[in-house]
Amino acid sequence: MSLILDQAEIARALKRISHEIIERNHGIDSISLMGIPTRGRYLASRLAGILESIEGPVPVGSLDITMHRDDHRLRAPRPLAETVMPQGGVEGRDIVLIDDVLFSGRTIRAALDALGELGRPRSVQLAVLVDRGHRQLPIRPDYVGKNIPTSLKESVKVKLSEIDGEDLVEIVEVEE
Amino acid sequence: MKHLLSIADLSEFEIVGILDTASELEKLTSGSVKKLPTLRGRTVVNLFFEDSTRTRLSFESAAKRLSADVTNFSAKGSSVSKGESLKDTAQTLEAMGADLIVIRHPASGAAKRLAESGWIESSVINAGDGTHEHPTQALLDAFTIRKHFGSTLTTFSGLKIAIVGDILHSRVARSNVLLLRKMGADVTLIAPPTLLPSTIDSWGVRSSYDFDENLEEFDVVMMLRVQLERMNDSFFPNGREYSKGYGLDGDRLKRLKSNAIVMHPGPMNRGLEISAASADSIRSVVIDQVSNGVVVRMAALYQLLGGPNISSTHETLGA
Repeated sequence: MSLILDQAEIARALKRISHEIIERNHGIDSISLMGIPTRGRYLASRLAGILESIEGPVPVGSLDITMHRDDHRLRAPRPLAETVMPQGGVEGRDIVLIDDVLFSGRTIRAALDALGELGRPRSVQLAVLVDRGHRQLPIRPDYVGKNIPTSLKESVKVKLSEIDGEDLVEIVEVEE
Repeated sequence: MKHLLSIADLSEFEIVGILDTASELEKLTSGSVKKLPTLRGRTVVNLFFEDSTRTRLSFESAAKRLSADVTNFSAKGSSVSKGESLKDTAQTLEAMGADLIVIRHPASGAAKRLAESGWIESSVINAGDGTHEHPTQALLDAFTIRKHFGSTLTTFSGLKIAIVGDILHSRVARSNVLLLRKMGADVTLIAPPTLLPSTIDSWGVRSSYDFDENLEEFDVVMMLRVQLERMNDSFFPNGREYSKGYGLDGDRLKRLKSNAIVMHPGPMNRGLEISAASADSIRSVVIDQVSNGVVVRMAALYQLLGGPNISSTHETLGA
């Protein structure tokens, strides 16, 4: 087990991502955030807080992808999380999807489908706290907190104070 | 979860899980999104040996909204009238690719027999077996109650619920009593002595012959259909006598609590167990029950088909 990001480093990464979002989109007027439950939601709220302190309020929503997964035949049914439309909807907006860890890319593929059901955004961007590689689909992030090269025997754990009581990112060996 | 045969097989936790899933599905499909891709490539067969409008249509829309393929089978006009057995019919349907069979049958225990006899590999949902159970009806009724009294309730303790009418022939009443007791509601069954089962003492709920007693106290009044087709004897003198004693008419409706709701599983015998005024009043949630039925059945289909295929046919839900 090794610590990758501590509380201060997570805060710094989110601050940097916020500035990158503003820079790339020339402000925040067209931006809406959509966090992917569970932890993406909390990251989305945190980013919204930082963006608000820099530029002003940004609509935040949450996007449950459970019903759009492609691995239903492989795993037990999961409980559904909440989907919340950001104020003003998604139609014509620049949507920033937010998740904690980017891995195979399948979650994001499902998220793009789920988002497509809600409307037609002008563009979709992707922000993740950790990119651990091993993509199985042609998907890349636009904003990354930290790139962590991992082996498939390892698992990346993100803990956030909102539900885990502390902020940290660590790598854990998976027992076979 | 492999089968949904009886409320008795479900834990309180599983019941709340299905209701929560249904709530999220309702929010998800209430806007422009009417269809989800989740069960693409799965086949649901509605195997109906008894007439039905809303249950069959409800399962059909639920399956379609999850992108499953649906085949409808009704015994009338099929080889069943040539004497084909349940086993042969079910095996035929499975050979055509059914992943889940929704069965309604006039014999109590038919769904369990289908699920557990080793005839087929498919999942089975009991959509009403004789006078035994109708679990998805009880789940949708619980969902409806939750929408009125708190959509995140994990217990019904403190709620007073009356189930009124033909308890003897009602699978809806049996499933509801099991579910409502698990959820901690205070249930009273109200019926003439001839329409209360003789085993009523073992149900663990109160019973009464008098509808007018304590009418003001109930939060939910669940009216049951008088099942004339199952009556091979005279259980009450005539329709008018029954309505007088056990029908929900305008006068009784007025006596209900201000936030009480009136439920009926349908189809209604207007003028017999429920007056038109009561059925169409603002307290009536009969139409809501129908739309809630679709999302609750979506949740049940997702629970049963949303995971990997389970090869064992003997594993039942809750086991």
